[in-house]
Amino acid sequence: MTGRTLRRRRSPGTGYGLLAAGGGLLLLMLVSLGVGARGLPVAVILDAFLAFDPGISDHLLVRELRFPRTLVAVLVGGALGVAGVIMQAVTRNPLADPGLLGINAGAALAIVAGIALGGVSGMAGQFTLGCVGAGLASVGVYLLGGLRQGINPVRVVLAGAAVTVMLMALAQILIINSQDPVFDQFRHWAVGSLQGRGRPLLLPLWLLVLAGMVLAGYLARALDLMALGGDLGRALGLRPRLVWLLAAVAIVLLAGAATAAAGPISFVGLAAPHLARGLAGPDHHRLLPCTALLAALLTLFADILGRLVIHPGEVGVGIMVALIGGPFFIAMARRRRLLHL
Amino acid sequence: MTMKREDMFLEDRHPAVLRGESLSVSYESRRVFKGLDLSIPEGQITVIVGPNACGKSSLLRTLSRLLVPEQGQVLLRDREIHRYGSREVARILGLLPQSSSAPAGICVADLVARGRFPHQTLLRQWTAADEQAVAQAMQATGVHSLADATLEELSGGQRQRVWLAMLLAQETPVMLLDEPTTWLDICHQLEVLELCRRLNREQGRTLVMVLHDLNQAARYADYLVAMKAGEIVAAGAPERILTAELVERVFSIRARIETDPVTGCPWVLPIASVGRMDDGRFLKE
Repeated sequence: MTGRTLRRRRSPGTGYGLLAAGGGLLLLMLVSLGVGARGLPVAVILDAFLAFDPGISDHLLVRELRFPRTLVAVLVGGALGVAGVIMQAVTRNPLADPGLLGINAGAALAIVAGIALGGVSGMAGQFTLGCVGAGLASVGVYLLGGLRQGINPVRVVLAGAAVTVMLMALAQILIINSQDPVFDQFRHWAVGSLQGRGRPLLLPLWLLVLAGMVLAGYLARALDLMALGGDLGRALGLRPRLVWLLAAVAIVLLAGAATAAAGPISFVGLAAPHLARGLAGPDHHRLLPCTALLAALLTLFADILGRLVIHPGEVGVGIMVALIGGPFFIAMARRRRLLHL
Repeated sequence: MTMKREDMFLEDRHPAVLRGESLSVSYESRRVFKGLDLSIPEGQITVIVGPNACGKSSLLRTLSRLLVPEQGQVLLRDREIHRYGSREVARILGLLPQSSSAPAGICVADLVARGRFPHQTLLRQWTAADEQAVAQAMQATGVHSLADATLEELSGGQRQRVWLAMLLAQETPVMLLDEPTTWLDICHQLEVLELCRRLNREQGRTLVMVLHDLNQAARYADYLVAMKAGEIVAAGAPERILTAELVERVFSIRARIETDPVTGCPWVLPIASVGRMDDGRFLKE
């Protein structure tokens, strides 16, 4: 018996499923380049890359707006999915999503404060504020969750809920007491939208997500052991507190960056891991990449659909994800009970 | 007093690989044990018996550094266990907890493979040695043919053997097992105990087991430890310490001790319970 015959087991369906998802994602990326207020044929899209002419506005549209936006959608989706897997593994709670660490609320408050008090208006400024806010909020949750006294996932989740409510209240105070333009800017961020999110965000987003993904990959085996419960994990040499800490860092990098870039997109981080589990099983080495793929697919699909439903207007990706995902998730939950962790 | 002498007697031949020194542990305000001393002889099978809630599991958890004692220390190979790295301990000492949970949909081979965690590093992810350890562990516990099955498809007994396989895959010279025979029918109980004995006799592994069946304990233990209400009442070779008085004192039952006609080990014949169990711990402090 050689190599990985025992370890890397998967049903034949897994391979095909992954292949189909990967192919689907590439196809959707192509579609995403063509779809929008102004529809473009495939030939123009290909020309924009192969025979670029800065004089043709359609070429500019593809390269400067649609292509970056598509990449942002893929990055944001993948990041949220992986953050969701990590969150569900460390809390051992199948309903956990990355927002539980207070990330959405922290980012929201920081962005509102930035717009209302500091006059921050650029995309890059908002992105930076969002990241910082998400990071600070999760540090707060982490400390309030009492990790110094040992690990109790329930306590962390409760602390996360409490911090979220408080921060959102603060954000609302700011919104209600500011001028209309502030509210207007915030509202676009708050529904989760990829409209106009492109070039300037791409590099910082890419770097943060890459760092988060690398950390997630490093944690894969530790997350496998977290699932076995406290005693067995520790008996096997796991250090739960360290894993929690690194997991929180990864979640902040991934979900924080995604949220700062696209606004709060719920649901992807919750549902994509469950879909992926059906395909890849519970081993994180397979689950993490599979989730990233499916989450990116779901997000991009929602974004494309959002550009079509009230064409030539747009519905934010956050809203579309909820609209498509909600019924779908209910159907899944009814068909087979949600996999316990 | 007899216990101390017994300890020393045994230690002459088998040095302690794992030693608890004046351990005190309590949950909230409930004292589990106080000032408890125990030495686990190397290369022997130690069996801990005692009534429910006497502190057996807490003792195993303390010895495997899952519980940090308020007082006292645990020495693994004469070095304080908390001074080892956590993976380092996990390469020497393995634990099978009383109950464990597995993620839904996991297949047997993948679960057993998770036992290799302490042997893997970032650079050395999955090697031929890992492969071999997992295959051998599944062979030894008879779950090899179930490698592709998911845990949900298995019976309680099969599941228990999968957990055991995971512990074997960890390849530790010292193994602590908390009630390894629960959930098993009598045939599989014997199979597990025989497997444990083989691991000990053929590979020289040190085993510490919590068992409920006194006769199985007497048959498989080299070193028997009887606990009650957080105290070690007696410890030593079964034929030396297993008396009717001890059984009555520890388990509150009247029993006769005969000689097992098959093995020559002590054979406990329970006759009747003597009054209500009183675990006494709350009265003490």
